[in-house]
Amino acid sequence: MRITQGTFSYLPDLTDEEIAAQIQYAVDQGWAVAVEFTDDPHPRNVLWEMWGLPMFGIADAAAGMHEVAACRAAYPERYIRVSAYDASLGRQTTALSFLVNRPASEPGFRLDRTEGADRRIRYSLHTYAAQHPSGERYTSNGIGYSG
Amino acid sequence: MSQPAAAARGFAMPRPGAAGRTAATADGLPEPGPAGPEPLAPDAIVELSEEQQAQRLSQMLDEFDREFIGLAPVKDRVREIAALLLVDRLRQRYGLTSSRPSLHMCFTGSPGTGKTTVATHLGALLRELGYLRRGQLVSVTRDDLVGQYVGHTAPKTKEVLKRAMGGVLLIDEAYYLYRPENERDYGQEAIEILLQFMEANREDLVVILAGYADRMDVFFRSNPGMASRIAHHIDFPDFTLDELIRIAELMLDREQYRLSAPAQAAFREYVRLRMAQPRFSNARSIRNAIDRMRLRQARRLVAADAPIGREDLMSISDADVRASRVFGGGRAAGPAEVGPAEVGPPAR
Repeated sequence: MRITQGTFSYLPDLTDEEIAAQIQYAVDQGWAVAVEFTDDPHPRNVLWEMWGLPMFGIADAAAGMHEVAACRAAYPERYIRVSAYDASLGRQTTALSFLVNRPASEPGFRLDRTEGADRRIRYSLHTYAAQHPSGERYTSNGIGYSG
Repeated sequence: MSQPAAAARGFAMPRPGAAGRTAATADGLPEPGPAGPEPLAPDAIVELSEEQQAQRLSQMLDEFDREFIGLAPVKDRVREIAALLLVDRLRQRYGLTSSRPSLHMCFTGSPGTGKTTVATHLGALLRELGYLRRGQLVSVTRDDLVGQYVGHTAPKTKEVLKRAMGGVLLIDEAYYLYRPENERDYGQEAIEILLQFMEANREDLVVILAGYADRMDVFFRSNPGMASRIAHHIDFPDFTLDELIRIAELMLDREQYRLSAPAQAAFREYVRLRMAQPRFSNARSIRNAIDRMRLRQARRLVAADAPIGREDLMSISDADVRASRVFGGGRAAGPAEVGPAEVGPPAR
């Protein structure tokens, strides 16, 4: 199941040139660009691990691409996103956030229905990948879910 | 699906701004980028001067020549680099190989010879030539690169390098990075990261090391890796008296001041005396002298308490120049007047 999160997620995966162009746009707007990664793609998991600090004061997208490449090299089988923070409102505001890397196989989610009193149903999403401990998900060595 | 070829790429939404080009992209091939002039046939002939005109290059180079007085070796090298990049670009259009030249540089020279100013202009020039994407100047010293504790240096240096990507990184007094007397100094770590980055991201930034010639020699001798990665060593010569006078004229002109005829003679005398004194830092000393002359002119005008016209506000008189302590055989600047800019290399 192809996960769609953030901007552009219904488009085909962005190429590196397109990612660079988006980063350049963010930089030109004065937004701080950050690279984040996770192996828990639950839609309500908004706080991903940060790959280094947000890049303040960069002028060129090459700096952002440098970090994206470094993060991909370290975590090729995780979700990696680029976020751009707009500080002009005086608080941390995500102005742009899009995926730049995804695992080779994405097992997706199961919808759990829990019936409560009065036939009320509560729904929850079960992430198949999260059956394994963090760090062992999306691995192809047989421990994690390799699909 | 109306476009069968697009189906192969999966569910593709039309991209913004691409509406008019859908027919062209229906074959699923990536569009050619907007950059890049059309390739040339092997037997095509191009006028180099036209090529220069098209890129506003000759105009920028002329501006460079006008803005900087003296500095002949610097100008020569800049013209060489510009010519090389231009030729490389043409070669590319003919389908010939053109490797990107390494443009890391080392600027050596006395204080106030325009190293930083040239670096700023170089960034803009290289951007115009298409070598750099942004051309911004990030000017740093040892403090910006070297951390204070273990593990602090690498992220600090990398952050600076990232800020400089797409432009020029000027490391002022680069030799302070290396301190042989302290083997636990983190400067070495910064140098190693710098070297690695200079090599791996050659197309993304130009590193310029600046400093005094003799210390730079020592620095390169103890860091052969650094010396070999820097292709261009440019020496900034000291300005001659005439050049300094012309620089002063340029500065005054820009600030809309004028020297009266006797003041011009006095100023020439002033510069001649000041050059012989210690801590003379070329154009920077001239700038400071002009600032002090402006102070004296303002005091004179206020003290005179007479009606003042536009002309009075613009002209600097003989007396404003001659009031300087340089003429009394003393120093131009007392200890209180010496800013950090005018102090020579600290005795570290």
